[in-house]
Amino acid sequence: MKVLVCVKQTFDTEAKIELKDGKISDAGINLIMNPYDEVAVEGGIQLKEKKLADEVVVVSAGSDKAMDAIRTALAMGADRGILVKQDTAADEYARAVALAAVMKEENPDIILAGHVAADDGSSQVPTRIAEILGLPHVNVITNLELADGKAVCTSEADGGTLVTEVSLPAVISCQVSWNEPRYPSMKGIMQAKKKPVATVDAAAADNKVAILEYSLPPAKSAGIKIEDAEPAEAAAKLADWMKNTVKVEVK
Amino acid sequence: MAGTWVFVDQRDGNIRKVTFEMISKAKKFGDEVSAVVFGKGVEGLASEFAKYGADKVYVADADVFAEYNTGAYVAQITAMINEYKPNAVLFAHTFNGRDFASRLAQKLETGLATDCIDAEISAGKGVFTRAIYAGKALAKVEVTGEPVLATIRAGVWDVEESSGAGEVVKPAIAATDADVYQTIKEFIPTVSARPDLTEAEVVVSGGRGCKGPEGIKLVEQLADMLGAAVGGSRASVDSGWLGHELQVGQTGKVVNPNLYIACGISGAIQHLAGMSSSKFIACINTDTEAPIFNVSDFGVVGDLFKVIPVLCEELKK
Ligand SMILES: Cc1cc2nc3c(=O)[nH]c(=O)nc-3n(C[C@H](O)[C@H](O)[C@H](O)COP(=O)(O)OP(=O)(O)OC[C@H]3O[C@@H](n4cnc5c(N)ncnc54)[C@H](O)[C@@H]3O)c2cc1C
Ligand SMILES: Nc1ncnc2c1ncn2[C@@H]1O[C@H](COP(=O)(O)O)[C@@H](O)[C@H]1O
Repeated sequence: MKVLVCVKQTFDTEAKIELKDGKISDAGINLIMNPYDEVAVEGGIQLKEKKLADEVVVVSAGSDKAMDAIRTALAMGADRGILVKQDTAADEYARAVALAAVMKEENPDIILAGHVAADDGSSQVPTRIAEILGLPHVNVITNLELADGKAVCTSEADGGTLVTEVSLPAVISCQVSWNEPRYPSMKGIMQAKKKPVATVDAAAADNKVAILEYSLPPAKSAGIKIEDAEPAEAAAKLADWMKNTVKVEVK
Repeated sequence: MAGTWVFVDQRDGNIRKVTFEMISKAKKFGDEVSAVVFGKGVEGLASEFAKYGADKVYVADADVFAEYNTGAYVAQITAMINEYKPNAVLFAHTFNGRDFASRLAQKLETGLATDCIDAEISAGKGVFTRAIYAGKALAKVEVTGEPVLATIRAGVWDVEESSGAGEVVKPAIAATDADVYQTIKEFIPTVSARPDLTEAEVVVSGGRGCKGPEGIKLVEQLADMLGAAVGGSRASVDSGWLGHELQVGQTGKVVNPNLYIACGISGAIQHLAGMSSSKFIACINTDTEAPIFNVSDFGVVGDLFKVIPVLCEELKK
C-alpha cells in the first residue's frame, strides 16, 4: 500500500508578522513544516512500521524553500518526495489542482494531510483534492484504523466525537492529537540527503480568490492591571469590572 | 440572481447560533436572504428564520439528510444552486460547515473564503476579511468565482431581529443513497452541562498555573457562576486536566466570547491565536511579566487559588 502525505512549508508559529510594501514579509522568518502535516507524516510512517504500508511519499507545492519541509519528512522516515513548483501566491483551488495532478500519477491508496495550514488557516486543500480525484475524505481525525480496504476514522467534530468509515483510496486530514511526531534522528537526517526527490511543475490553474489587502490587527490599548493588591481587594475590583463594564450575568 | 443563502448548521434540530448571526448580517446586504436547511424531520425548523429576516427558507427533508454527510449534501445543494442561482452561500466555520463548503467549492470550481470575520456582499461581489497567521494578520479577499462561497467564524456578528416573509420553498430532492461515501458508525456527544466553547458568551480557561485538578475545579466553579464554558491551554490539556476538545488556541478551538478569563495561562502566541479576538479579556496570573497581560482589558497579578474563591463570593453579592 502506498501512502502519500501532503506537507506545506509555513512560518514558524512563533513568528512575528510584519508587512512590507503591503505584503506579508518573510524576511528573517524561520520556516517549518506545518505542525499538522508533521502529524500526518508521523501517521504515514507508523502505517509503514505496522506493515500496513510499504511506501510513504511526501508532496509539497510551493517554492524551492518547500524542499526543506520535504527533507524534514524524509529525515523522519518518509521514502521519497515530490516538489511541485508553484507560485506561493496560488490559492487553495490552484494548490489543490496542482497537488491532485501529481496524485493522479502516483495513484496512492491513502492520502494524508493536515486539517489546516497554520499560515492561511484555510482548511480546504485536502477536501478539494478529494473532490478532484473523486475520492471519499474524512477530516480532523484523531485516530485511524485500516482493515479490509477500509479506513475507520475518529474525528473531532462539533459537540462530540465522530466515527466514520470510508473505503480506500481516501483522503484523510488530521488533528494534532492523532500522534506525537518524532524528531528526525542524526541517521535519519543523513539518509534523507540520499532519498530521491522529484521536482515537477504545477498544473496551471487560476486563483479563484483575490487578495485585496493585508493588514495587521489593531493593537490592543492598555488595560487595567491590579498589582500589589491583597487577593480580596483585587478580586473585588475584578468582580466590579465584570459586573459594571462587561455586564456579566451571575447565575 | 437570488441573493444570499445561509446554510443552517444544526444537529438533531439544535441550530447553532452562528446561523442566526449570518442571517442577521446577510439581511444588511440589502439583497434577498434565504435560509437553507437540510435534514430529516426538519420542516418544523422553517419558522425559526423569518424573525431574523429570512425572506425564504429552503427545506430539503429526506432520510438521506438525517445526518450530515458530504456526498449527499453536496449533491443536493449543487442541484439547488443550479436551479435557483444564489449570488453567495454562507456556511458556519464548523467541522461540518468547512467540510461541506470546501467540497462544494471544488465541485463548482469556485473560490471559498474560510473562517471569515467580516463580509460585504453586493451586486454579486463578495469581499471578506479573514484572520491569517493565527490572527496575527488580516487579509481582505474577494471570491472571484461563482457563486461566492464563504465560511464564517461564530460570534463575529450580533443576532438581530428583523422581519422576513420566511416563505417555505421545498426543492426537489436531488441526492440519493448512492451519493453517500462516508458511513457514520458512531457519534459520541460530549456530555457537558456547560455551553459549547465556540458559542459561549463567557469562557473561563485554566492553564498550567492551575497546577492540577484542584485548580481546574476553581476555574469550573467560576465558569458555572457565569454560565460559562470551560477551556484550557495546551499545557492543561496535555496534563490531562481537561479534555482535548477544550483546548483553546492555534491547534485547538478559536473562541470569540464577550468575556474570556484566563487563569494561570501565560499567553503564549499559540494560545492568543485562539482567544485574542474576544470582546473583553481578563486574566489572573502571578507573573506580572506574563504576555497575557498585554492583551487583557483587566489583569490581576495574583494567585488564582486565592483570587478565584473571593471573586466567586464577590460576584454572588
Ligand atoms: C505548533 C504549536 C501549537 C500550539 N498550540 C497551542 C494551542 O492551541 N493552545 C495553547 O494553549 N497552546 C498551544 N501551544 C503551546 C504554547 O506554546 C504554550 O506552551 C502553552 O499555551 C502554555 O500553556 P500555559 O500558559 O497554561 O502554561 P505556561 O506557559 O507554563 O504558563 C503558566 C502560567 O501560570 C502562571 N501561574 C503559575 N502559578 C499560578 C498561580 N498560582 N496563580 C496564577 N497564575 C499562576 C505562571 O506565571 C504562567 O504565566 C502550541 C505550541 C506549538 C509549538
Ligand atoms: N502547498 C501545499 N503543499 C502541500 N500540501 C498542502 C499545501 N497547501 C495545503 N496543503 C495540505 O492541506 C492541508 C490544509 O491546508 P489549507 O487548506 O491551506 O488550510 C495542509 O495541512 C497540507 O497538508
